Amino acid sequence: MEPDVSPVSNDNSPVDDRRADSTPLAAKPQLVELFSDFRDAGVAGFALAQVPRGGRILWVQERMAALETGRPFGQGFGRFGGDPEQLVLACSRNTGDLLWTMEEGLRCTSIAAIIGEVWGDPKALDFTATKRLAMRAERQGVHVFLIRFQGHPNLSAARQRWNISSLPSAPHPYDGKAPGIPRWRAELFRARGAKPGIWQAEYDRAAHRLDLVPLLSHPAMAEEAAPQVQTG
Amino acid sequence: MVLAREATHGRVVHDCNAAAVAAGISRGSRITDMRAILPDLRVEDAACAADAADLAMLSFWVRRWCPWAQSDGADGLLLDCTGSDHLHGGEEAMLREMTRAFAAMGLTARLAIAPTIGTAWALARHGGHKRFICEEADAARHLAPLPVPALRLDGATVLLLKRLGLKSIGALMDVPREALIRRFRRIEAPSANPVLRLDQALGRHKELLVSEDIAPPLRALRKLAEPIGHLDGLSQILRDLAVDLCALLEREGRGARGLVFTAYRVDGGVLQCDVRTGRANRDPAHLTALFDGKLDRFDPGFGIEAAALEAVDSEVLAAAQDDLTGKTRDDMAFTGLIDRLVARLGIGAVLKPVRQGSHIPERGELWAPAAIENAGSLSAVQRRTTTPLRMLQRPEEAEVIHAVPDGPPARFRWRYKLHDVARSQGPERIAPEWWRENSRARLRDYYHVEDSEGRRFWLYREGLMDDGRGGNPQWFVHGLDA
Repeated sequence: MEPDVSPVSNDNSPVDDRRADSTPLAAKPQLVELFSDFRDAGVAGFALAQVPRGGRILWVQERMAALETGRPFGQGFGRFGGDPEQLVLACSRNTGDLLWTMEEGLRCTSIAAIIGEVWGDPKALDFTATKRLAMRAERQGVHVFLIRFQGHPNLSAARQRWNISSLPSAPHPYDGKAPGIPRWRAELFRARGAKPGIWQAEYDRAAHRLDLVPLLSHPAMAEEAAPQVQTG
Repeated sequence: MVLAREATHGRVVHDCNAAAVAAGISRGSRITDMRAILPDLRVEDAACAADAADLAMLSFWVRRWCPWAQSDGADGLLLDCTGSDHLHGGEEAMLREMTRAFAAMGLTARLAIAPTIGTAWALARHGGHKRFICEEADAARHLAPLPVPALRLDGATVLLLKRLGLKSIGALMDVPREALIRRFRRIEAPSANPVLRLDQALGRHKELLVSEDIAPPLRALRKLAEPIGHLDGLSQILRDLAVDLCALLEREGRGARGLVFTAYRVDGGVLQCDVRTGRANRDPAHLTALFDGKLDRFDPGFGIEAAALEAVDSEVLAAAQDDLTGKTRDDMAFTGLIDRLVARLGIGAVLKPVRQGSHIPERGELWAPAAIENAGSLSAVQRRTTTPLRMLQRPEEAEVIHAVPDGPPARFRWRYKLHDVARSQGPERIAPEWWRENSRARLRDYYHVEDSEGRRFWLYREGLMDDGRGGNPQWFVHGLDA
C-alpha cells in the first residue's frame, strides 16, 4: 500500500491544511519530550531537524548525559541545517541547574531552540518543572526539546512525548554498503491536539524538514512498508 | 655583587653595589669581563619589569608630599613640590622626611630641589650630595662644574661633545650660543640636543611634569540609616546601587566588565562577592540579575550598615542605537544570557565550539568559554567528509571482529553490548601529527558504521597490522551519529 507522506516544513512555507492536521509535528514552538536509548544519537538529529535553519541553539547537558553520550560536535551540525557558530553548550552539574539554565534561556528572545539532555529520571524533573518550561516555551515561541536518555515516561506537562530510535538508513545513492540518509522510528505516545501513532521519520536536507511516514504497527505489513535493509 | 641582564652580545651588568664599584666594575660592561677583574663576583638576574612596576607604585606613594609626581626613567622620580613644602615644615625638613621615609623602606634616595626639572635631575644624580637645595639664582653656578651627561643627553651626544672638548656643563655654557644652535639645529630629539637640554635646565625653555592620574573608582555606596538583618532588604539595596552605578557609568561612557558587591557589617565584618560580564554592560536589571543566588551565602550577623557596588573592571561603551532589524538588541540579550549562565554555572561551563588547525577530530574542534572572544584558529581545518553529531569525551575502546585485517569491522562490542555491523563506510585515514606527537603515534582509520538496528557509530582503528609501531591495532568508538 502507498504510504501517506506528510511533509512538515519548519520555515513558513505554506503547508496543506488537510495534511497539517494529520501531522503530529509541532506547528508552533512548544515543549517536546524525547525518550531515547543512550547508544542512539538519532534523537539529536530528530530534534535538530525541527529547529529553524541556522537558528541559535542553547544546548544544555547534565553531567551524566555528557559523560555517557559525549558532547555535540559542531562540525556535524551542518548536515542538519545547524550552524556551529550559533551553538552554545552549557554544562550543568545537576538537574536543578539544567532546569534553571533552560528557563533562563527562555528569557532570551534571540534563541531559536533549547535542547536539554537529562539522564534517567531525576527527582527535580517533576510535573511543576516541566509545566514551567512548557508555558514559557509557548509564551516565548521557542522550541524546547527535553531529551531523556534511559528515562521513563513519568508525569510530565510536555505537549508532546516521543520515543525515538534509529531505523536502518535509506539506501546510499552511490554505495550500497554505506549508510545513507538516516531514518528514525518516532513513536508519539502522548500529545495535546494530535493523535498518537508511530511514524518513520526521515530528514530532507535540501528542504530542511522532517518527513513522517506512518509506520504500520503490524509486523508483517511493517516489513512491507519499510525499506529492505541491505547487508553487505 | 651585580645584577645582570641579557644584551645583544651576552649578559651585561645592569646595576652594581658600592663594593663592586670600588672594585672597578661599571654598568653596561660584560659579565665575563667583570669576572676577569673580580673572580668571586656574585651575579643575580635583574627583574626590570618588576622594578618598573614598583617605581610606578612609588610614584603614587610619593604623592604624600605633593600632588604631582611622575616616574622618570628606570630609577628616578620627579615631584613638583611648588607650594607644598610649607606643609612639611619647609624644603629642608621635607627632604629630611623623604630620606627617612625611603630609608624605612630600605631604599637610598638622593634628593635635590631646584627651579627646573633639568637642574634637579643633574644635581640629584651628579651633584654628589645626599640632599641638595638649589635657589633660583644659583642654578647656573651649581650646574657649571657638573659633567655633560648631567644634562640628560644620550651616549652618542655625550661622546660627540667630549670629542669637541666640552666635558662640563660650564664649558658648554661658555660656547657662543649661535655656534651651538647651528651645530644642533636639525636635531629634534631632546636627549640629543644639548642646546635644548641646557635651556630646559636653566629655565629658558619650559618643561612640563606630566603626572599620571588615578581614575576615581566607579563605585556606588549606600549607608543605611538602620542596619538590616535580612537578605531581602539587601537585594533591594543591590538593585538601588546598580541603578546608581549605571548612572555613573553612563556619565563616564563606560560599561562594567567586573563588579564587586561589598556589604559592611555592624561588627566590622566585610562580605564580598564578585561577578563578571562577557561584554561591557550598564543595564541595572542585568547587573542585578548576575548576583542572583550569590547573596544567599551572606551572613548578615547583627546587621549590615553599608553596602557598595564597584565596577572594578570597565570598558568604553558608547551608546548604541537599535537598528530596524533589532539585531543589536538580540545580540545584547544573548550576551546578557551568557553572562547570567556564567554567573551561575561558572566560566568553564558555558562553551562554544572553536575550530582549530588540526585534522585529528578532538583537536580540530575545541570547546572554549563562550564569554571570551575567540574566533578560532586562522588555519582552521574545514573537514570535507561527514562528521558525527556527537563526540565521546574520549575515545572508548571496542572489541572488534573484522572480516579482513585492515578492513571495516563486522561486529564490535562497546560498553558490554554487541553490535552487528550492517553497513559501513570508510576508511577516512588521518595521519598522526608528527610535529606534535612522538614517533610511536599511529594513524587512524575512521569508519562510519551502522549496526543491524540502525544505530550509527564513528569508529576508528588505531594503526595498521604491520606498521611497526606497536602490536595489533586497537579499535575505538569515538562518536555517535544520528
